[in-house]
Amino acid sequence: MDEGARALSRFGLGGLGDQDPPANPRAWLEAQFTVYQPRPAALAAAPSTAAMIELLVAARDDRRERKEEAAQAAAQMKGAEDNVPGPFRPLRDAYVEAAGMRTNAALSSPAPFMERLVHFWSNHFAISIDKAATLGFAGPFEFEAIRPNVLGTFGELLSAVEHHPAMLLYLDQAESIGPDSMLGARTARRGKQRGLNENLAREILELHTLGVRTGYNQDDVTEFARALTGWTVGGLAKQPALRGPGPQFWFAEPIHQPGARSIMGKRYGQSGQAQAQAVLDDLAVHPATARHIATKLARHFAADVPPPALVARLEQTFLATRGNLPALYRVLVGAPEVWDGAAKFRNPWDWTLATLRACQIKAVPAKSAATTLQQLGQAIWKPGSPAGYDDTAASWAGPDALVRRVEVAQRLAERSGAGIDARKLAQRLFGSELSTATAAAIQRAESGEQALALLLSSPEMMRR
Amino acid sequence: MLLLDRRQLLAASAAALVAPQIAYASAETNRRLVFVIQRGAADGLATLAPTGDPAYAGLRGDLARDVMDLPKLSGMFALHPALNQLGAMYGAKQALFAHAVASPYRERSHFDAQNVLETGAALPYERQDGWMNRLLGMLPGETRRGLAIAATIPTALRGPVQVSSYAPTALPDASDDLLSRVGAMYAGDAQLHPLWEEAMQTRAMAGDLASGSIKGAAANGRLIASLLKGESGARVVMVETNGWDTHAGQRARLNNQLGGLDAMLAALRDELGPVWSDTLVVVATEFGRTAAVNGTGGTDHGTASLAMLLGGTVAGGRILSDWPGLSQGQLYESRDLKPTLGLDAVIGNAVAGHFGLDPAMALPRLFPGEKPAALAGLIRG
Repeated sequence: MDEGARALSRFGLGGLGDQDPPANPRAWLEAQFTVYQPRPAALAAAPSTAAMIELLVAARDDRRERKEEAAQAAAQMKGAEDNVPGPFRPLRDAYVEAAGMRTNAALSSPAPFMERLVHFWSNHFAISIDKAATLGFAGPFEFEAIRPNVLGTFGELLSAVEHHPAMLLYLDQAESIGPDSMLGARTARRGKQRGLNENLAREILELHTLGVRTGYNQDDVTEFARALTGWTVGGLAKQPALRGPGPQFWFAEPIHQPGARSIMGKRYGQSGQAQAQAVLDDLAVHPATARHIATKLARHFAADVPPPALVARLEQTFLATRGNLPALYRVLVGAPEVWDGAAKFRNPWDWTLATLRACQIKAVPAKSAATTLQQLGQAIWKPGSPAGYDDTAASWAGPDALVRRVEVAQRLAERSGAGIDARKLAQRLFGSELSTATAAAIQRAESGEQALALLLSSPEMMRR
Repeated sequence: MLLLDRRQLLAASAAALVAPQIAYASAETNRRLVFVIQRGAADGLATLAPTGDPAYAGLRGDLARDVMDLPKLSGMFALHPALNQLGAMYGAKQALFAHAVASPYRERSHFDAQNVLETGAALPYERQDGWMNRLLGMLPGETRRGLAIAATIPTALRGPVQVSSYAPTALPDASDDLLSRVGAMYAGDAQLHPLWEEAMQTRAMAGDLASGSIKGAAANGRLIASLLKGESGARVVMVETNGWDTHAGQRARLNNQLGGLDAMLAALRDELGPVWSDTLVVVATEFGRTAAVNGTGGTDHGTASLAMLLGGTVAGGRILSDWPGLSQGQLYESRDLKPTLGLDAVIGNAVAGHFGLDPAMALPRLFPGEKPAALAGLIRG
């Protein structure tokens, strides 16, 4: 086993073409807890959530005006109203910009283990930009809610995520209204149907904390949804009564369902915002949550079928430390299941970063990062569902997926291959783990460029 | 597809094969199956709207606006106006709609429900292989060709029979020389070698359409047709569609979704030409949506929904439904359309009839969770 190469590929984001693997791999991993920067230079110019809210408000106004104009112009109206791409263009641009920043932060980071964890948590609390309202927020969500909290407790991370406008918009929380709240009762009297939306409540239980089939039922979902009413985005409310003093998270009392709630046998008598927060606080340290998070971390770092012993150690640590995240990471660094197990199949994001790092590329244009990942089947921040991207080989190791990687490898080798000796690079990246088949293919290549394309397509590169 | 899984599956399926392969020698070998999965829980109550049910308009509020005044296909149901071409298929007796159907799954998680629908098991994550792969195992060897229109293999197609996947991109093609060198480099890799072989075969088949990027649903339908058409074309294809989880703003979103589905299936029919008469298309979703509109102009996760059988072999022009009703007392858990027909029974019987398989033998293998009863007459005799 080559510990230096494995520290880079299994915990980090792949070896660097211009740097030898760390001499003391475990110390290198531990040191990253202090080296990690929540907001590195690559993200210095990242736009804020508040700025995105302004853009979204402007886009909606713009769309409304265009609709009115179109209505006045009468003619060819049918079907056009929901398909006006123009107004959201600035948000689309902001998304592409942020996707590039994310990629460059990963490429230039001195703490690739921590960056991997950022990506892990961002996918655990996934939002997806196929919903237009979330387009501009995907980047700020990761930069503001995830990055500053990866070294705290799970509860802090959870709370930051569920308060963020991106999540409140993505899972429809911002529109959910308590039927017996002041505003709910008033609209009901007018005969309008506006009320509860249980989307966020369900996904917090199923995906973010406890995990599916862990004992909660439909009543718990509905009760939690009632507790969450009022959690909204201050700058996006249509009614003046719901607008907040600032643009971001705002607890809007006029739509909060009054009264105590009962969730999984526990009574929550708090009023206002404190009620759902109390539920979140309990969920964050629940034994089912510990098991759920332990399983996902073990799957990500060790194997598609998580080793039960590692899951148990992570779970115990989670419970003993009440969700202290660095304590969990230390369990991973000490886990023989991660160091000694079989390699995991890289997903397209991991493979892309590993190939770029191997080619000594420290920054890429934003558009090329976004389109490459789109072409490889893992568009950045677009898993298409709140479950995030799957973390097993079955989802990524497909016939067509391999061909696409080879196509990208060829293009990358054409553009960046000059001056890279693939034979030396293979030694540096894979050390004693370089296979004879890969070494032979590189050796026999017809050109340096083709040798590099083969290295980037090799079985060693496909796995971590 | 992990090698480990495949070995386990091979061992498991060898043990399960009580009847020799020869039992299926009568299978219809020219037949094609396309399974379109609607991921995200498509709203059957909007797609084929029971406007004749007295509770419908009240439950649906604004969502019912598009369908209330439409002519009905039968005394009870009106087809969503975006489904023009499917309506034409119904008129030509090439479409059968099964309403108030559900898989054995009764919770409300998308991901678990899709797993049950795709594996054919009673519980999520009980099995690793999918019903489509088991179906391929029942077909004569030379027609055992499965394909996913996706970069990777969805659960329904996973299992011991090697299948391929294909989806075009705008990436520049790698040179043939590089492709063959990569093939040689993977030769000794138990995971990558079979995947690569499949990819190379499918690529050769895709032909001209592969070079352009896919624009729109109709182009997608034409692409699928090109992969099904020829003598050596795929016989069992899975197509993934997303975006059906309409919690908010459902009217406009569903209109787009259904319009896309309609265009894709019409293009498939037109491009297949005479092969359409040997084709069965199954459209299904993991569960339905709430009977009532929610507070945000959408619907939440529900239970029973709609399945569609389309194509030249379908005994169509009718609606299969033991309508449970939508009044408060008739709803499942007071909120959802109650299931009165097994989705597995509809899919299993249609597929068995289509390929000429003995339902008594095929159904328990395809859907071991529900082991559906025989349901005659879905396919023309």
